[in-house]
Amino acid sequence: MSTVMTKAINLKLVRNDNERSEPEVQKEVVYDTKGLNLWYGETHALKNINMDIREKEVTAIIGPSGCGKSTYLKTLNRMVELVPIVKTSGQITYKGKNILDKSFRVEDLRTQVGMVFQKANPFPKSIYENIAYGPKIHGIKNKKILDEIVENSLRGAFIWDELKDRLNDNAYGLSGGQQQRLCIARCLAVEPNVILMDEPTSALDPKSTLRIEELVQELKKDYAIVIVTHNMQQAARISDKTAFFLNGEIIEYDKTDHIFNNPADERTGDYISGRFG
Amino acid sequence: MATRYMDAELVGKRMSSRVRKNTGWKGLFFASTLFGLVVLAVLLVRIFTQGIEYINIDFLMNHLSTDASRAGIMGAILGTAWLMVVVIPVTMVIGVGTAIYLELYAKKGKLQSFIATNISNLAGVPSIVYGLLGLTLFVRTLEFGNVILAGGLTLSLLVLPIVIVAAQEALRAVPGNLSEASYGMGATKWQTVRRIILPAALPGILTGAILALSRAIGETAPLTVLGIPALLIPFPEGIFDTFTALPMQIYYWTIDASLVAEYANLAAATIIVLLVLLFLLNSIAILIRNKFQQRY
Ligand SMILES: Nc1ncnc2c1ncn2[C@@H]1O[C@H](COP(=O)(O)OP(=O)(O)OP(=O)(O)O)[C@@H](O)[C@H]1O
Ligand SMILES: [Mg+2]
Repeated sequence: MSTVMTKAINLKLVRNDNERSEPEVQKEVVYDTKGLNLWYGETHALKNINMDIREKEVTAIIGPSGCGKSTYLKTLNRMVELVPIVKTSGQITYKGKNILDKSFRVEDLRTQVGMVFQKANPFPKSIYENIAYGPKIHGIKNKKILDEIVENSLRGAFIWDELKDRLNDNAYGLSGGQQQRLCIARCLAVEPNVILMDEPTSALDPKSTLRIEELVQELKKDYAIVIVTHNMQQAARISDKTAFFLNGEIIEYDKTDHIFNNPADERTGDYISGRFG
Repeated sequence: MATRYMDAELVGKRMSSRVRKNTGWKGLFFASTLFGLVVLAVLLVRIFTQGIEYINIDFLMNHLSTDASRAGIMGAILGTAWLMVVVIPVTMVIGVGTAIYLELYAKKGKLQSFIATNISNLAGVPSIVYGLLGLTLFVRTLEFGNVILAGGLTLSLLVLPIVIVAAQEALRAVPGNLSEASYGMGATKWQTVRRIILPAALPGILTGAILALSRAIGETAPLTVLGIPALLIPFPEGIFDTFTALPMQIYYWTIDASLVAEYANLAAATIIVLLVLLFLLNSIAILIRNKFQQRY
């Protein structure tokens, strides 16, 4: 494990050295979180979170189980509100507007911010209907346009060739990895600007994992991607920035190379090298 | 190595007694099932042998008559059919609507659980009480008279709790990650309910509807309270007509069997018709359910 990781980190280093010659362009901020606190009833699950998320970057969130990674991710599309006891304070601006403001329409937000869940959750419908669902709820009825969206989304998730002959089959007949890529395609069909991924590969075999990682690299050209992962190599391989969460706090948030090579906080280093968590 | 607490020899000795007990319990459970089956079989055989020869076109198509050899049950069949025309839409719309509200919209709290508990309790209220309610509300206060609408609404009230409880359970059983996926794409609550939750819950809802319908179709007590006449010559043609229904007819013929012995056979024949009707309705519902049954 450690050798693989060192390798990944070395790769990162090399890449980083190459890049250093070019002047660094700061990408545009999509999400800006300021002083975010979140409670589940009495449980203080997120404590004073400050973090910006930029366009065309992959932001990884790592940290031990129960530290609030999923909670933060679900706050970014206000999905966390489905839990009735949740209370928040602070602000998260998305493209300049505070999404925690009650007057902000969640439907708008979730149309622009797609989410891929830890466990693949296709609808009990055909593959075609799964992809067409998003466009349909947003009012697209034209069959030809829907056909095109379905094809493009499946291509976007690199699964068109596998599935093109069985579009009318029930999605439940797919393998776990295919289902997860179908869910990613379904998310792309709504043409979001940001994609939130909560441990998207935790239930997948190495090959499917690799495909999804490649996909993330591809998608990052157009989207901002936030990915929660328990897999350190994965974070090192695919992310530009990494945030380390611990007990509801951000211990460190920096460029992935810094986090993995010379973390400022001792606890970050300990966690990454597997000494705890 | 740690101390071992499992003494292999002792375990082996006890094993055979455990296996014997296991077989014993299995036998007991099988016997209870058998008891029900046997009683049901005896009942069916008894009714069929008594009634089957009285079933013919004339019996099915004729008007009622005091003369046993000329009596027919078309009026009662139509009455029961019209009752269903009222009961099915009323219970499905109100019942499923209530369940959706309670399960998906109402804030989970004391009030919600108070309402839910009381609905379950209503399912246990004796049917004759619903008859009295129907009599007061529909027949007298709203002045419908003892027509099909009044009977249908009374039966609807009677079976609503069954539909609501079943629908609530079906809705609750839809995995949360499906609705999450839908919300996650910017769907509104109603879109999610309509396109994801309801289709997934439909089989369960229909199972409840089947149960409720079977109950409604066989109820006699509330109808007697409403004052449904024993003999009625014209066939009902709409929901504002007076009527009789199959269970009512069975009831009256059974009572009057002490006067005219042949009535008992007519009652048996009517029971067969009622059972067949019930069976048909259930089959339709099951067909619909299977069509919508989805894996998730
Ligand atoms: N619905 C909920 N109700 C109450 N408490 C919750 C709820 N969901 C999460 N929590 C609590 O909030 C904290 C953060 O949970 P969260 O799911 O965000 O952790 P996580 O970092 O994603 O963990 P994992 O790596 O195991 O997925 C935990 O202490 C958890 O118990
Ligand atoms: Mg999580």
